[in-house]
Amino acid sequence: MPDLQALVTDFVLKLKRRKIEGSQATAKQTAELLRQVVSQQRMPYTNQASVLIDAVRAVGEQLIAANPIELAVGNIVRRVLHIIREENLSSTTAAMEGLGLTAGSDDDEGEHEDRPGLSAAAVAAAARSTLRAPSLQTLLEDIPESVVAPHPSSSGGDSEGKSKSADRSSRSKKLKHDVIEAINELIQDIDTCHELISEQAVEHIHQNEVILTLGRSRTVKEFLCAAKEKKRSFRVFVAEGAPRYQGHVLAKELVGKGIQTTVITDSAVFAMISRVNMVIVGAHAIMANGGVIAPVGINMVALAAQRHAVPFVVVAGSHKLCPLYPHNPEVLLNEFKCPSDLLDFGEFSDCMDYGSLGGSPLLHVVNPAFDYVQPKLVSLFITDTGGHNPSYMYRLIADYYSADDLVVQRKATS
Amino acid sequence: MDMRRPPRTVSDPKVRQVGFVTPSVAPPTRSLSDAPTTVAAAAAALSASSPPSGEISLPGSSLSPVMIPPPRHASSDGRPSAPVAVPNPASSLRRDSLRIRVGSYNASEVVLGTPPSASPSSRTDYTASEFSEEAMSPWHGRSGTAKVASSFPGSSSEMIVMKTGVVGGGGAGSTPKSPLTTASVVKTLPGISEKEREVLMGTQNDGAGASKTLKEKTTKAERRALQEAQRAAKAAAKEAGAGVKPSAASGSAVAANTKQGKVVKPPPQKKDGPQIAPPSGTSEKKVVDRPPEKDRKKDVPAPRMQFDDKHRVEKAKRRAVVNQFEAKNRVELFRHLPQYIHGTQLPDLEGKFFQLDPMHPSVYKVGLQYLSGKISGGNARCIAMLLAFREAIRDYSTPPEKALVRDLTAKISSFVSFLIECRPLSISMGNAIKFLKNRIAKLPDAMSESEAKSSLQSDIDRFISEKIVIADKVIIRHAVTKIRDGDVLLTYGLSSVVEMILVYAHEVGKQFRVVIVDSRPKLEGQVLLHRLVAKGLNCTYTHINAISYIMHEVTRVFLGAASVLSNGTVYSRVGTACVAMVANAFRVPVLICCEAYKFHERVQLDSICSNELGDPDAISKVSGRKDLNHLDNWADNENLQLLNLSYDATPSDYVSMIITDYGMLPPSSVPVIVREYRRENLWI
Repeated sequence: MPDLQALVTDFVLKLKRRKIEGSQATAKQTAELLRQVVSQQRMPYTNQASVLIDAVRAVGEQLIAANPIELAVGNIVRRVLHIIREENLSSTTAAMEGLGLTAGSDDDEGEHEDRPGLSAAAVAAAARSTLRAPSLQTLLEDIPESVVAPHPSSSGGDSEGKSKSADRSSRSKKLKHDVIEAINELIQDIDTCHELISEQAVEHIHQNEVILTLGRSRTVKEFLCAAKEKKRSFRVFVAEGAPRYQGHVLAKELVGKGIQTTVITDSAVFAMISRVNMVIVGAHAIMANGGVIAPVGINMVALAAQRHAVPFVVVAGSHKLCPLYPHNPEVLLNEFKCPSDLLDFGEFSDCMDYGSLGGSPLLHVVNPAFDYVQPKLVSLFITDTGGHNPSYMYRLIADYYSADDLVVQRKATS
Repeated sequence: MDMRRPPRTVSDPKVRQVGFVTPSVAPPTRSLSDAPTTVAAAAAALSASSPPSGEISLPGSSLSPVMIPPPRHASSDGRPSAPVAVPNPASSLRRDSLRIRVGSYNASEVVLGTPPSASPSSRTDYTASEFSEEAMSPWHGRSGTAKVASSFPGSSSEMIVMKTGVVGGGGAGSTPKSPLTTASVVKTLPGISEKEREVLMGTQNDGAGASKTLKEKTTKAERRALQEAQRAAKAAAKEAGAGVKPSAASGSAVAANTKQGKVVKPPPQKKDGPQIAPPSGTSEKKVVDRPPEKDRKKDVPAPRMQFDDKHRVEKAKRRAVVNQFEAKNRVELFRHLPQYIHGTQLPDLEGKFFQLDPMHPSVYKVGLQYLSGKISGGNARCIAMLLAFREAIRDYSTPPEKALVRDLTAKISSFVSFLIECRPLSISMGNAIKFLKNRIAKLPDAMSESEAKSSLQSDIDRFISEKIVIADKVIIRHAVTKIRDGDVLLTYGLSSVVEMILVYAHEVGKQFRVVIVDSRPKLEGQVLLHRLVAKGLNCTYTHINAISYIMHEVTRVFLGAASVLSNGTVYSRVGTACVAMVANAFRVPVLICCEAYKFHERVQLDSICSNELGDPDAISKVSGRKDLNHLDNWADNENLQLLNLSYDATPSDYVSMIITDYGMLPPSSVPVIVREYRRENLWI
């Protein structure tokens, strides 16, 4: 499939060159690419799910490697994998339903569930819950359940309600079709997550509230604008967010909506936080422990907010939920931008000479892109599924990701 | 700061005399107090058997009670003398006539005549009426009082008299204010120490026993009584404010009595107490208690100019030398701070160069440099100002018929208000001005003009060298002991003393790395980076947003400060609090380097109440980033404001140590330094 390969290479290049701005755009494009991958995958008669999973993984691995900092890519790859497993499982369980409880020995889930009389949807939900907590057997044998799953379904089954037909011939197309449908849904979710989040705005912003934010996040902008549209009047302090100064853009947008906006320098955050009722910021990624990878400077804001007991609210779409636990994220999940954002090379060209005299350069310029905010500094996450505590994040993540996919690479190589 | 407290301080120094009302000693005090003196200075003058101030004072046989005031008393008061030297119109002329006049007009006589047997409360009423008469009399017999008043060298006292007169007259007989005054008089009685009372008794006896024509002593006491009464009236008026007026105007002394609680406090009255009704139960304890209360009282109305008060702003504008235009789209929270359209002042000022005759060119130059931002930083601004003043003093000559002390003080005050218009004073400058005025006030009268001028110039030099240059050296010595090999030192912005520390440590041969954190819009850190790299130091440069990232590798944080306030709050360039906070979160020690002359006994909890606003346009324009034009024409939209704060207040718990010329201290020791060394500061 040269066509697909070209697409993948193109996207990898874009990621490598950091041409794609924002995790939402990245997530959407990744999902679209993976949809292509799925739709172009030729399906064998057996083990369809594992074939799909392998294909998605192979591509996903490349994408993640292209920009390991952009966690949204990995998130989407994992979610697509999860979708495949889930669709496969639901069709399997539908088939199993037809079988009744007879073939329970082969499939460990059957033993767990014991719910023959339920509708397929309910069974699927139950199956999801088993996915969250992988059984000891799957862990030990390192075999994805989905790979095992197709076998007991050989007898075929009745189609019940809206559930997938378990008929073998139709299932080969059915699985692929369902997966693509689900991916479409995912893309739609990514598109509409802002609306879902901003719907909650009025619940969190009261009249005459004073809100502080740093830099620019589209989610934050939509959130604030939604509150304004509902006739809330409030005031926003925007820290400009050097060195990108996206705060200027946000301020302009907010003022365009008629929101009282004050632009402050980043250094004035501590001075102003004592008069602020709430801090609302966007995030680059939310980690499984509830920590946040956010544009640089936000940790400072979070600390100041904690000092003054100001609620620190993070708004983010669920595609930013990352199932990984961070280790030393300030370094490992960070990247450095061009020093010329901070220093004009022309002005300091003479200093370069001093530097070369001593052998090692005397002048270093550090321009990191991200900050890591500890979970204890975050008061609330507002995602498209509602508001959550930082401590709840790990549970939320289990809804979206399969435990088998947490490490994409290992599976791909094995 | 003190510069902005004109109304209070006028009367403050005089109030201080309460403690030692020995007639013979009093005159010098008085003469001192008219110039912007602190009481500490006055006390000093007294203890040193003051050089006679040439006017009315008789350096007669002084009873020793002068020394009564406990040291704390004196020192605690010594601080914010905020002299607004009012130009003193032809006081010397009037002085001649005063003696005769004074003798005949003996206000205290009236007061003293009140039956001392009456119980305090009833007496209050009585004296009240007496006082009202007295207060009114200046109004009626105006010429007489005017002269009396002028006999007090303090031109301010003259004004007071006039004011009282107005008050009394305005009250149409019932005199709204004076009842209040006396009410407080009674209350303040307990405040007199035994010794004083003795003295006072003596005075009173003299006065009551009455041959008026006699003795300077008595007349002086009387005059003081009058003066005090008037001042008290004024203070009471001020204290009571508009709210009290109506009720008081009903004229009932009872009403006044009920008001007592409120009125008790104004310090000026204290002196009246002894004069009117010395015999009343006084306790030594209260004497001790009083002074702090008084000081507190004085601190309360911190009359820094509040720019949200339209009325006063208008007034100030009329006075202003510099034409300034209020900036548009101001942030609601900061209405109380001045903000002008940047760049509008400069051309206007330049145009006025030849019209502003009272302004010395060097002062003018410094003002322009402040305005244009060429000079910034606490020390640099302070030194520039002092040098300009030094030059101005060198070129100064006392105009005919004026006293050097007073005229020069007025002159300095006008310079200062000019500089304030250019840029609000830093605390360091306020302290330096206080010092200079104190020195001027303490000039012995016998000194010739040239001597006085040279002594002042050398005082200024000494202040610069001792309080700034040598202090910095001491700080450097201290700080270097805290730098170890392999350290990574973080600093924020450009602090002159931190720069010296780093350079010195490098010269000494310590192996360390420097992290320079910078922030918009000033980007002072780049200047520091240039200098340090040129000296061969290993530097890392970053913006304040990346502070959380860079703090991992840092072992010490060195910060400069504009001032250290007495609750340990560090008042410094905006962003310092952020740096200190993050350092604290990462368990990195924060060392503040600040000369002791920048300490101030003010307290502050947030960065909002007192701050300085910079040019908002500096925020909308990012240097070197032409593509960022989102905020062009920001002023057109009233919903959009840009806020450019200059300072912030770092809470003391983020500060591990403050390095000053007196050593290395925890922030909790700042008030001690402020208290213990303030006197020394003033005395140098």
